[in-house]
Amino acid sequence: MARSQDRRPGYSRRAQYGIFTGYVIAIAGIVVGLIVLVTSLINPGAFSFARSAAAEVARPMGKAGAQTRESSQGVFAAVGAYFNAGRQNAELRREVEAARAQAISMQSLREENRRLKALLGIVDTGRRPVATAHLIGSTASSTRRFAIIDAGAVRGVQPGLPVRAASGLIGRVVETGPSTARVLLVTDPDNVVPVRRASDGLAAFVQGASNGRIDIRLINMGINPVRKGDVFVTSGSGGLYPPGIPVAVATDPHRDGATGHLAADPADNEFVIVEPAYSAQALQQLEQGEKAGAQSAPEAP
Amino acid sequence: MIAGLDAETGQIARKRINRAPHPAVARGLPWATVMLASMASFSPIIASAPVLPPLAYLVFLAWRMVRPGMFPVWAGLPLGAFDDLYSGQPFGSGIVLWSATMLAMEVLDERFLWRGFAQDWLAASALVSTYLLLCATFAGIAAGYPLPLVIVPQVLVSIALYPVVTGVVALLDRVRLIPLKRL
Repeated sequence: MARSQDRRPGYSRRAQYGIFTGYVIAIAGIVVGLIVLVTSLINPGAFSFARSAAAEVARPMGKAGAQTRESSQGVFAAVGAYFNAGRQNAELRREVEAARAQAISMQSLREENRRLKALLGIVDTGRRPVATAHLIGSTASSTRRFAIIDAGAVRGVQPGLPVRAASGLIGRVVETGPSTARVLLVTDPDNVVPVRRASDGLAAFVQGASNGRIDIRLINMGINPVRKGDVFVTSGSGGLYPPGIPVAVATDPHRDGATGHLAADPADNEFVIVEPAYSAQALQQLEQGEKAGAQSAPEAP
Repeated sequence: MIAGLDAETGQIARKRINRAPHPAVARGLPWATVMLASMASFSPIIASAPVLPPLAYLVFLAWRMVRPGMFPVWAGLPLGAFDDLYSGQPFGSGIVLWSATMLAMEVLDERFLWRGFAQDWLAASALVSTYLLLCATFAGIAAGYPLPLVIVPQVLVSIALYPVVTGVVALLDRVRLIPLKRL
């Protein structure tokens, strides 16, 4: 394509200055951008106000999108049932796996309950969820994994609270606006979750690999006892995530841990529950840490 | 679809000769489409992995390729900032990379004046790959964790999608110039 007319100003002083100013602003843009970028790398929360304002603006769109997702899933399911029986089979198998995960976490909960009841003086007060919300958006093209929910500070959501779906952990809240909140998904590499194996309490932690899968890393090195299909639930250490929420299923054991897939894929869950922090102390520490400019939650475990 | 649109505009133009494109649409449509594409993260897709191509960036590039001079050189600054609000990248990465893209396109126009679609596609592929790589690098710095190879599918999808996006933008360019305003 030929060079456009407005790049060849001829003798017009005004046009020449116009082009020159354009270049100056463009280069200034790079400089300003670099400054802003460094600021937001050092202090990730620096521009959260702008982001939450933007999320508030897009909220109705996201809500409409969430509803479309519900209905389109119905349509696709009906059509897809004819075409991909194989895929459906895999999906059902995954569902069975999730159910198994739930059964195992139930078992571990019962075990824990028994232990707790054996101790005197410890009374587990009922934990009421802070809010129930739709997932209305996610950063689908960025390597960082965030999702946006349609409940915010007005409904008591605050940074640090864990977010879960019926089948497992989704992530934790990192920024809140009045009626939206940004959730750091478990698949983000910044999110480290202390877990234990549901069957025997083998301690490990889970870190996102940013490609939809997660890394399960054992704390005690040595012979790797993890097998395919092992279910990992939150251990509650660190105090941020309540214990017993399924996080991951190991699929591919390797030398010092395993690769796994999520117990609750955000893509399959429309509704999520924001839970209160397991211990208020951990939440305070997290807030202090973030104020001090630390990058992430208390490193597990 | 294009043919239908053509006929329609032709009809309007034939019936009423004292018409010109509406200035707000003619000027504003490219900006509006890029901003809408930025907000695609509020689409029904909730992804646990980076699967969507950077739509806003692709639309932006396509406008720049289809209509050089439509966006001023400094357009990367506001549009990149807007994209940062929704993309989940550390704020500022869009501003830097989009501004740099506009300057890179200027250099490209300077060096390769006459380009066919294939060369445009090649240039866009190079730009998109660099853009995604740098985005992943910035995100990796922000997360404090190197991110290997997760962007490969995204790069491939983006490159494959470029002709489609260019087609849509060319269609929008016709919409942009529908004579709506009475002279």
